[in-house]
Amino acid sequence: MSERKHTLSVLVENTPGALARIAGLFSGRGFNIDSLCVAETLDPTLSHLTLVTSGDDLIIEQIIKQLRRLIDVYKVVDVTEEGEFVEREMALIKVRAEKETRAEVLRMCDIFRCKVVDVSPRTYTIEVTGPQSKLQAVIELLKPIGIKEIVRTGLIAMRREKKGT
Amino acid sequence: MTGAQIIVEALKREGVEVIFGYPGGAVIDIYDELYRTPEIKHILVRHEQGAAHAADGYARSTGKVGVCLVTSGPGATNTVTGIATAYMDSIPVVIFTGQVPTKLIGNDAFQEVDITGITRPCTKHNFLVKRTEDLPKILRAAFHIARTGRPGPVLVDLPKDVQQGKAEFYWPEEVRLRSYQPVYDPHPRQVEKAYRMLESCTRPVVLVGGGVISSGAHEEICELAERLHLPVTMTLMGLGGFPGTHPQSLGMLGMHGTYYANMAVANSDLILAVGARFDDRVTGKVDAFAPMAKIIHIDIDPTSIQKNVRVDVPIVGDCKRSLERLLTVIKEVARPEKIWREQFKDWWEQIEIWKKRYPLSYKQEGDYIKPQFVIEKLYELTRDRAQSGQIVISTEVGQNQMWTAQFYKFDRPRTLITSGGLGTMGFGFPAAIGAQMGNPDKLVVDIAGDGSIQMNIQEMATAMEQGLPIKVIILNNGYLGMVRQWQELFYQRRYSAVKFQVIPDFVKLAEAYGALGLRATRPEEVEPVLKQALESDRLTLVDIHIAPEEGVFPMVPAGRATTEMILV
Ligand SMILES: Cc1ncc(C[n+]2csc(CCOP(=O)(O)OP(=O)(O)O)c2C)c(N)n1
Ligand SMILES: [Mg+2]
Repeated sequence: MSERKHTLSVLVENTPGALARIAGLFSGRGFNIDSLCVAETLDPTLSHLTLVTSGDDLIIEQIIKQLRRLIDVYKVVDVTEEGEFVEREMALIKVRAEKETRAEVLRMCDIFRCKVVDVSPRTYTIEVTGPQSKLQAVIELLKPIGIKEIVRTGLIAMRREKKGT
Repeated sequence: MTGAQIIVEALKREGVEVIFGYPGGAVIDIYDELYRTPEIKHILVRHEQGAAHAADGYARSTGKVGVCLVTSGPGATNTVTGIATAYMDSIPVVIFTGQVPTKLIGNDAFQEVDITGITRPCTKHNFLVKRTEDLPKILRAAFHIARTGRPGPVLVDLPKDVQQGKAEFYWPEEVRLRSYQPVYDPHPRQVEKAYRMLESCTRPVVLVGGGVISSGAHEEICELAERLHLPVTMTLMGLGGFPGTHPQSLGMLGMHGTYYANMAVANSDLILAVGARFDDRVTGKVDAFAPMAKIIHIDIDPTSIQKNVRVDVPIVGDCKRSLERLLTVIKEVARPEKIWREQFKDWWEQIEIWKKRYPLSYKQEGDYIKPQFVIEKLYELTRDRAQSGQIVISTEVGQNQMWTAQFYKFDRPRTLITSGGLGTMGFGFPAAIGAQMGNPDKLVVDIAGDGSIQMNIQEMATAMEQGLPIKVIILNNGYLGMVRQWQELFYQRRYSAVKFQVIPDFVKLAEAYGALGLRATRPEEVEPVLKQALESDRLTLVDIHIAPEEGVFPMVPAGRATTEMILV
């Protein structure tokens, strides 16, 4: 069976131990966490987690069941299996911008619709938002110019609503 | 009411009759309340591990929730082995731990420990109570979570200021937890699928696990097996879930299972597993486990299904309700018994051949007492109680546990209590204390090893104090026998650290505690000594010197296929 990335959308009770329980489940059972993103939902008693993990089908099945078994977990959806979904991630990239390269960095920002959010004499800090493929592309293109630092949010995802009636 | 009063009132509402505990600064307020509450009996143990195991033994033997109360810090950490033991075997216990005042939490205060953090992976759930007014809701939820679904231990951490604070008492009528809703009823289509597989198989085996006992499905299993004429094997935790003396019983399977149970499973074309989780001690090498079999798996916990072995028909639900449903289908279809019998005739013939080829056996000869002989004698002397369910046998861990599982015949549920999943030495004796507290009229026997019994020997004082007439039978081989057996078989007899240079005189030790101590060193002494012990009306410790290098057989070496058994 082949390993595949899965994006899980998890609703949990907004209680102090809940996140520790989920993190402990992954470390204790040897599952991978590629990224994890947590925030409150419209209902303040529930938190939403987007969790990217990888494994073969049996492992993913176990991960989902084990998550559901936690008393604090309200709902788990395997977004990857649920059909189409939108995914977004944001990165802040501090890139070297000397005289010769400043113009090139700005051109690239333009092409990828990135924002420059901080400027110093020798650096630009750029905000990129999009699917992971786009972030990856921007990072690859900026690498030769010289990336000083990157901070990424981790992926968030949402199922697409069905079109039509 | 104060928090402590709320806690004690909640215990009463939950019907708690007995709690096992040990006091300390962080629970002194609760103890002060218990002082005024004669309805709840508090058993003062000698070590908090003993309290946790006793609560567990109480739960295993009665089916009720066991309760344990300890102080913060070392009191709490001392219960961890007991909690993990209960967790691995899905036993409903609620553990109350004291905690430093909320304002001091995180400050490394005196006797502070993050016990909810420590026990997160070995509890079904745990709570740190932050406000006195949350107590009723949380206590209600704790008991509910412990006893419903797949049962398990729940820990409630109680900061001192929460115990001392004041709040209105209320008792929620029912517990509603939106994120916790165990599924009890099986999917009817899955049950029908299971039935069709039974109709079309030729070499079936029913595999009974601990879930049959915790859900009370022993009668349904028996009815199913008898109607369809199915052979039945049990895991260690499933012993007693189906009568060991039943002609259709193949005994225990797995690492120290019977030859015929392992052969039947290995050659079967259909396994109906009920409340069993396919632990590695049962499957051996997973890839070689029952290669021709389709598997129907009934379990209340979806994570148990498809975890270790591939399952063809998963049925998520309570074992009892799922079997009831299956029996309904069977009765509706009303296939004549003769046809079932005919269908499995060749299979039974084959099983009988295996049974005759290698029955469980040993030879009692020479001057040494064979441990199997002791268990058989004990069974003979207690057969009536075993058949009527008027006995509880607990075991320690190691060879003593396996000989008990092999040679005692457990006919009734909750007559064997043993640490299966965690394999905790030192479990049996404190668990026996819990069992005797919950079943004052039953005969309670702990079958022990000379190593294990020393792990919680201090509880002799607890048993004496409570006047519990428990019988402890030490199969004294002078070794950590099970480890020695592995060294003998797989490490060329390099007996590293398995022989104690000093073993206490157990008879004198018993006497020091005020108990009766007896000893047998020759085969002919076994029966009279056992008789004397069984007739004794007080705590009795029997030191039986057995053949020091006797092994447990059959044995499937760890990681090997279950057909690769070492027979005697
Ligand atoms: C707390 C604990 N420590 C270590 C072990 C490993 N272990 C398993 S069986 C065994 C030997 C037990 O010796 P004894 O109680 O004398 O029983 P015997 O096997 O001799 O019957 C040991 C050390 C264990 N199961 N539990
Ligand atoms: Mg021993």
